[in-house]
Amino acid sequence: MVSAPKKVAISRKKRQRISPLLVVIPAAALILALTYALPPFRNYQLATVGAYLCVTAGLTVLTGLNGQLSLGHGALMATGAYTLALMQNRFNLLVAGIVVAVLVTTVVGAVIGLAAARLRGPYLAGLTLAVAVVVPSIASTFDETFNSDQGLTVALEPPPDAITVEQWQAWVCWGAALVTVLLLAYLIRGRFGRDLRAVRDDETAAKLAGIGVARTQVLAFVVSAACAGLAGALFAVLAQSVSPGAFPLTLSLFLLMAIVIGGLGRLVGALIGAVLLVALPSFAQSIAESSGSVRLEGNLALTFFGVVLVVVMLAAPGGLTSLTNLRIRRKSQKGRK
Amino acid sequence: MRRTATVLAVVLLAAGCSSNGTSNSGSSSDTPGVTDTEITVGTHMPLTGPAAAGYSKIAPATKAYFDFVNANGGVNGRKITYKIMDDGYNPSNTQQVVRQMVLQDKVFAILNGLGTPTHTGVLDFLKTNRVPDLFVASGSRSWNQPDKYPGTFGFNPDYTVEGKILGTYVKETYPGKKVCFLGQDDDFGRDSLEGIEKILGSVTAKQSYVTSNPNVGPQIGALKAAACDVVMLATVPGFTALSIGTAAKIGFKPQFVVSNVGSDPTTLTKTLGPAAGLLEGVVAANYLPLANDDANPWIQLYKKVNSDYNGNAEFDNNIVYGMSVGYLFVQSLQAAGKDLTRDSLIAAVEKGGFTGPGLVPVRFSAKDHSGYAGEQLTKLTGGKAAYFGTAYQTDDGDGAVAAYTGTAVAPPQNGIPTAQ
Repeated sequence: MVSAPKKVAISRKKRQRISPLLVVIPAAALILALTYALPPFRNYQLATVGAYLCVTAGLTVLTGLNGQLSLGHGALMATGAYTLALMQNRFNLLVAGIVVAVLVTTVVGAVIGLAAARLRGPYLAGLTLAVAVVVPSIASTFDETFNSDQGLTVALEPPPDAITVEQWQAWVCWGAALVTVLLLAYLIRGRFGRDLRAVRDDETAAKLAGIGVARTQVLAFVVSAACAGLAGALFAVLAQSVSPGAFPLTLSLFLLMAIVIGGLGRLVGALIGAVLLVALPSFAQSIAESSGSVRLEGNLALTFFGVVLVVVMLAAPGGLTSLTNLRIRRKSQKGRK
Repeated sequence: MRRTATVLAVVLLAAGCSSNGTSNSGSSSDTPGVTDTEITVGTHMPLTGPAAAGYSKIAPATKAYFDFVNANGGVNGRKITYKIMDDGYNPSNTQQVVRQMVLQDKVFAILNGLGTPTHTGVLDFLKTNRVPDLFVASGSRSWNQPDKYPGTFGFNPDYTVEGKILGTYVKETYPGKKVCFLGQDDDFGRDSLEGIEKILGSVTAKQSYVTSNPNVGPQIGALKAAACDVVMLATVPGFTALSIGTAAKIGFKPQFVVSNVGSDPTTLTKTLGPAAGLLEGVVAANYLPLANDDANPWIQLYKKVNSDYNGNAEFDNNIVYGMSVGYLFVQSLQAAGKDLTRDSLIAAVEKGGFTGPGLVPVRFSAKDHSGYAGEQLTKLTGGKAAYFGTAYQTDDGDGAVAAYTGTAVAPPQNGIPTAQ
């Protein structure tokens, strides 16, 4: 998937010099400052970026570093979201709800991952696609639990009066997102990350080197499923409701597009992707609004993503993050001359 | 550190992008969305998606009525701006657009948000932000919970009331026949079935559908297998057409009795196309003047507004509905007076006593936030609906279904209500 191994090698060397903590701690401070500076709706959007970052970070590890394509991450998010909703409505303990949501999604991810590890290319895509498509049917078949298309509302304790709901949402989402990114960053720096890449680049060679191919693939799927479950739980908190309509097939496709545009296999790419997932639809909407046709709104975001994807792939096949790499490389080349 | 800097820059950029600094000064009071010259209200509507057929015409009609009022000086010198957002009948989109209208665009109130599954999800959000949530375009009983949601009011007769009225008709007209039910798998279908079963007892067979799956073959097949004589539909227009069409395809010809919200003849005729003949004899109910009743003074008023301010859109019951919502909202604003706040608006609606185009009165009071109190039956013949019998009103409990004998009210001379 990532075509220039040399580029990857360079970027990895650079990354290893900075500890992920040095990125995450200032980022946390920045987010905290932003939540005080921004108006409520921007805080809500910021929180949404955080929730998206959880799933895009996990997905980029799976697809970018391990080469497994998943069109079903929307369904895994739905698993997390419904688990949280059911937990909240019964026990009303948010942290416990989020933890259980992650655990349940991890189990579901392990089951899908076991099947996925035996499939390649389009067959893997087909399997995960089926998972994404089946969500509404499950919700309407077991409508006594999931309440069909109408979905469930999520009971939430309001935050203390000193902060707004949106501020609180941004803290919860970004707290979770930064922890996710930190864990993933440490995970892919070590042996596991090397295994992932080895399996992606050549399964036979990886096997010869003593790496358990199937085990690595299942593990990668489980890790990214856990991230998706966390994101799903956060979305349930953000919307205070869950319904199948919140996790359509297009969501899974959008997630994939976002990490490709951002730069596959890079956590920074996942961040860019998460930002685009929030910014592009809202941008599309303001354009549709100014054009006076509200009916455009529903469809313009799709077009936008398509166009951005095409343009980015033409201009920077490695995604938006590869642009900075190119520049660094050019500079260092100039320096050498 | 360059990468760190990039990350931070991106986050900052995202946060700052398109932030258009909505300032909210100039209002005599501190009420969001109200200035001395303007009132901004918003709505969420299915302009695209499975429920767009017919319903997408409602909000433009309401807006047209507001434009008509604005052109005649507005309400207490304030012009009404109506912000229409598309949610595609998808509850998660509704969350998004309502948040945007309330937090970013600072609307004064949400008016006539459409859909049971969609609007249910934003009740808590609107309550937390103390936003008046007027005249929800749905007949779910959820809107009528004054203690839990003090700012939410319905518009349609609730589906249980409607179910009881339709059930009474079926009981009197088709005694001893097998009655079956197909409904949307949410509060719409469930409330409707509850009303029907209050009158008829348990129905022979009941089926449900979801809007995300446009295939009712299995359900209609099951109803055919149960040999139903009467099929009662709690469906949105697209699925009414789909059900009637599917039944015809498999040679199943029961009497259809359709909920008001799924029965607009113009929408159904258009959706069924060449098969529109199947609509002959379909029984439904309504509580507003019918679009084809040219002699009705309300229809004359609405047609005038439609041609002047709505680009002469094809005139149907959805337009009548949209304009009636606009009329009731203007009445509420008039009643709230010049010093308009969110609290004064809610108090004015709770005071009630509005008279307008409806065949039955609206029920608003401090204890009752449901909309119209009843309905009258209609029958489709030759592609046109006509009222028959008398209007009924009832409650959503065990109250009797009683004939309503009030007289119709004519619209004011200039078509704009005044403070009562």
